Amino acid sequence: MSEKLYKYLREEVFPTPFCPGCGHGILLQTILRAIDELNIDIKKIVFVSGIGCAAWIPSPHFKTDTLHTLHGRPLAFATGIRLTRPDLEIMVISGDGDLGAIGGNHLIHTARRNLKIITICANNSIYGMTGGQLSPTTPKGIITETSPNGNWEEPFDLCALVKSCGAQFVCRYTVFHTKPLKRAIKKAFEIDGFSFIDVISPCVTHYGRRNKMPTLFDFYQFILKNIISYEKAKSLSKEELKNKIIIGEYE
Amino acid sequence: MIKKVKSLLTPGKYFLQGNIACAEGALVAGCRFYAGYPITPSSEIMEHMAKRLKEVNGYFIQMEDEIASICSVIGASWSGIKAMTATSGPGFTLMLEGIGYAIMTETPCVIVDVQRQGPATGQATRPAQGDVMQARWGASGDYQIIVLAPWSVEEMYYLTIEAFNFSERFRIPVIVLSDEIIAHLKETLTIKEEVIIYEREKDINKPPFLGNGKIPPMPSFGEGANLLVTGSTHNEWGVRKAFDPNSQEKLSSHLIKKIKNYEEEILRYETYFIEDCEYLIIAFGSVARSALKAIQMLRKENVKVGLFRPIILWPSPIKKIKDLIKDKKIIVCEMNQGQLIEEVKKHKEELFSLFKTRGEAIYPYEIYDFIKSI
Repeated sequence: MSEKLYKYLREEVFPTPFCPGCGHGILLQTILRAIDELNIDIKKIVFVSGIGCAAWIPSPHFKTDTLHTLHGRPLAFATGIRLTRPDLEIMVISGDGDLGAIGGNHLIHTARRNLKIITICANNSIYGMTGGQLSPTTPKGIITETSPNGNWEEPFDLCALVKSCGAQFVCRYTVFHTKPLKRAIKKAFEIDGFSFIDVISPCVTHYGRRNKMPTLFDFYQFILKNIISYEKAKSLSKEELKNKIIIGEYE
Repeated sequence: MIKKVKSLLTPGKYFLQGNIACAEGALVAGCRFYAGYPITPSSEIMEHMAKRLKEVNGYFIQMEDEIASICSVIGASWSGIKAMTATSGPGFTLMLEGIGYAIMTETPCVIVDVQRQGPATGQATRPAQGDVMQARWGASGDYQIIVLAPWSVEEMYYLTIEAFNFSERFRIPVIVLSDEIIAHLKETLTIKEEVIIYEREKDINKPPFLGNGKIPPMPSFGEGANLLVTGSTHNEWGVRKAFDPNSQEKLSSHLIKKIKNYEEEILRYETYFIEDCEYLIIAFGSVARSALKAIQMLRKENVKVGLFRPIILWPSPIKKIKDLIKDKKIIVCEMNQGQLIEEVKKHKEELFSLFKTRGEAIYPYEIYDFIKSI
């Protein structure tokens, strides 16, 4: 990591708890780069997170106020802060299980209220911290601890969901797209409403290992092969979009 | 930090509903944030707050459920604002997740539970006292909590103020355990000119958590304290210690000690006619009103009955009368199938009980008849 970002970190808590090959470290750095480039005082940002690997990105790494909350509830906590503290920026960082499953109700209602909360979903399509179980964004056919014969459920497109609820700025990138991702995070700070950035982040330990992608490089190739831009995806059928990763801003 | 504040309402006599008095008590105590979800029989608190908070530059939001309500209350509390929510039994069950988090993170907030008949949906508009144990033990893990039980509209006002003072002073969620009768009752109360309120201590240079039973200062977000707030086991600076047995031991002992050490200050109760009594009724909330009426009827017939009314249910003040109850006939009356009685049993085995879960008040004549039959 660039040394100029060290000032944003509690160095005493390093090394990070993330597994080798995890994408969350790249996301952590990209968030800090965006904040650094915008020249925002990090002390004026409150980071709120839920439970799971993603929740550990801000807490305890970021040297500012962090609220590490209950599983699924970070957006509800953030709503209480948002209403009472217009002077602070609020960024929620949590995972796909936290925001999309147990916290799904809070996600749709926070999007509907369209309050100025930046939400970053570190989406590894699996429950990492609990040992690799099915998440609502796990693609069909994928083997997890709780779908040993392959997932039979349809996954959520969290971006489409949140957009339909009234969120102002919604987009998806992967941790291999750090430049557009950084631009999106910077843009989110300018948005006067709810913004949701879905960030596809590989989980080699639990997802990759069980699905013939034992290294980060395998994941990288898989993602490169399956990404498709939002513009292109618009003209494709549901069948053609099966297991594709749509990236870009949702309209 | 204690300070005196002027009442928001013009001092004097008012004729108010219990729920409205509760909301007004919260406002004078300094509550400026309310998040809730409608549920009978507590909704008037929410409706009144929706109107009144705007007038005092506060914040109000109706959330998507009770879980979200308590969570946003905790978020507001860490933002430096006194915050509350109100609900009834089924909603309180959902809030227990957040109450556990507030206990763990030492977050001041007030939760009003207007009890109705349960379990589950039960009888929404009917009174009960079935949440005595839920309020005490509902959240996971070990902890101490403060639960207040008003018996009049006036107490709905003053005990709500007290609840905020306790929550800010001891940095815990405080529960006001009311019931449908007291909440929907309209009667006269006197609004005093001034009340004493407690403002939380702030110091960004001192540890914001733990303290071996002492209450640490609580800075808010955006004050430069670099707060690390977590529901995981943590040390005094909030650093996660999820694998350290010593940290867990220190934390759980602190959460218990910080109330136990101050129990003498916290305990509140009232007694009536206990000097010469042969029978002693133990009752709280609306049931205590019926008990007092029955006692007045019995006293006319020279039956020597007294009343012990816990104003604070938890920590329990029953230990205060453990000597008194030894040689008396003790009757525990509650609108449940026996919850407070468990606490009395710790001090005396032979007890009489009058329980009722018909969704009706325990009427004075029922208590009268019961005592006559002993």
